[in-house]
Amino acid sequence: MKADSQFSKEMFQKATQEDRNAEKIRRPSIKYWPDVWRRLKQNKLAMTGLIIIVLMGIMSVIGIYINGFDYRQQDYSLINIHPNSIHWFGTDDLGRDLFTRTWFGARYSLLIGILAAAIDFLIGVLYGGIAGMATRKVDAIMMRIAEVIYSIPYMLIVILLSVVFSTQGSGTSLFVLILAMSLTGWVPMAILVRGQVLQLKESEYSLASESLGATKGWILLKHIIPNTLGPILVNVTLTIPRAIFAEATLSFLGLGIQPPKASLGSLANEGLAGLPVGNAYQVLIPALFISLIMFAFNVLGDGLRDALDPRLRK
Amino acid sequence: MKKYLLKRLGMSLVTLWAVVTITFILMHSVPGNPFAQEGKMPKAVYDNLQAKYGLDKPYTEQYAIYLKNLLKGDFGDSMKSRVETVNDMIERGFPVSARLGLQALVIALCFGPALGALAALYQNKIPDYISMIIAIIGISVPSFIMGTILIQFLARNVGWLPIAGWGTWQHTLLPSFAMALMPMATMARLMRSSMLEVLGQDYIKTAKSKGITKPAVILKHAVRNAILPVISILGTTISNLIVGSFVIEKIFGIPGLGRFFVQSIYNRDYTLIMGTTIFYAAILIIMLLLVDIAYMLIDPRIKLTKEGR
Repeated sequence: MKADSQFSKEMFQKATQEDRNAEKIRRPSIKYWPDVWRRLKQNKLAMTGLIIIVLMGIMSVIGIYINGFDYRQQDYSLINIHPNSIHWFGTDDLGRDLFTRTWFGARYSLLIGILAAAIDFLIGVLYGGIAGMATRKVDAIMMRIAEVIYSIPYMLIVILLSVVFSTQGSGTSLFVLILAMSLTGWVPMAILVRGQVLQLKESEYSLASESLGATKGWILLKHIIPNTLGPILVNVTLTIPRAIFAEATLSFLGLGIQPPKASLGSLANEGLAGLPVGNAYQVLIPALFISLIMFAFNVLGDGLRDALDPRLRK
Repeated sequence: MKKYLLKRLGMSLVTLWAVVTITFILMHSVPGNPFAQEGKMPKAVYDNLQAKYGLDKPYTEQYAIYLKNLLKGDFGDSMKSRVETVNDMIERGFPVSARLGLQALVIALCFGPALGALAALYQNKIPDYISMIIAIIGISVPSFIMGTILIQFLARNVGWLPIAGWGTWQHTLLPSFAMALMPMATMARLMRSSMLEVLGQDYIKTAKSKGITKPAVILKHAVRNAILPVISILGTTISNLIVGSFVIEKIFGIPGLGRFFVQSIYNRDYTLIMGTTIFYAAILIIMLLLVDIAYMLIDPRIKLTKEGR
């Protein structure tokens, strides 16, 4: 036959090993999160932040047991001692050990930041997710409500709530502080999640899931939220310092945590009295730690944002 | 455009109403009564006090009266001060706070975007590092700490500027700078990243290839587009400045509205708390509205003649 003559025998040789290897993918494929982590590791500033956060976290748990003083223990023979080998950060005007009190305060500040961010995350993701998946009308109403709540000045509400829920002189409890901060704090998260949902619910994998009979809730939880985790994580990282800052400000005004309990903000407030009489360390040490926490979370958040940004991918 | 503005104005009014209502409910759900601190008093005195502040009426009626008075611009009497009404206190405190806030805003607006733009133009060179170090310090150090440090070093140790108080322009320098640092840093960072993005855009290349001089390209094309995100956070900035003023006025002993507000909380002066909260909210809501309008005026992509959004 004529067609046969076009093919010679040389054209059908056995493939060598080399030819087979050409088809292989040489490098292992890099999964999304390991890749993010790899890029984050290259960012020195962000890693510094992460290390500071981990160290502060560890110290806020064990720090109050290290040098053997109690955070409430007063000793009138040892007031306003400057930092020395026994009292590493000195003592305050009631003779309480400031090393122990600082870590106690750091524990409170971190706790408030993390809990407030967790609540913002839960409410924000739920509200934004529901608004994004709902019909247009429901979405519009939900977003209008969120906008109104958001334009209510945040700190004013926190201050008002702390007035309402605290009896005179006893200050504001941890619970009320967190509640007050979450009241308006969830809105940015909700707006972010809603935007992502609106985008991702048109994606092929959502369509595929829907055509297989998945419900809206399933698609939201199993497909859309996991795919928008990156921006959410950045938002959470930047919410924590905001909450810590808000608490520090409140406590500095004397409206937050009350002694003998302490947060970094209330320690700075108490230490302020020592400033004119030469005890600057009483305000500078808590101030330094507040600044360190703020710095660490902010640079980590920025680093995460860069690491997650596909445009910066090399 | 008109339609959008009207809608936006409506939203602002709804927000203001929500603030008034929430404040009213919160202030009336405080346990105990506002005169508890005055010690034991005869029943007749107590009844008279209740009647003076209208607390003997049902809540709905109190609410209606309060709203009606608010519409007339009347915030009522202070519960603690015998001589001044809430309006008097706002009139006395607000100009001081407003001056401080405006000065801080001007400092932030002058230096923040400029630092950010400079950092972007000299990316990964010395100006970039310097301005980003300033920005990181500004974001990490809360204003109350910055204020304390400034007093300690510039006022107490060196004695260049007065430690605290109010009166001359020297008194305003340290507090407005302490307040300005955080918004300035935020603006600088935002400006840097948006400027970097804009500089990579095609229209910058087009402008350059048309032979426009470098300063003109930067000012007319790059900065005008890159500054938009900075404008959009102005609302948040103003709200942060208000909160900052509470703290700064406390540290520097400035007789502004922020100090009245904090004082009213210590004193449990409910009418003053309500009045100042609503006043602050109103100021903020008006500012947000103005920022939105400014955004539309500046954004080159929005044409004012067209039916906007």
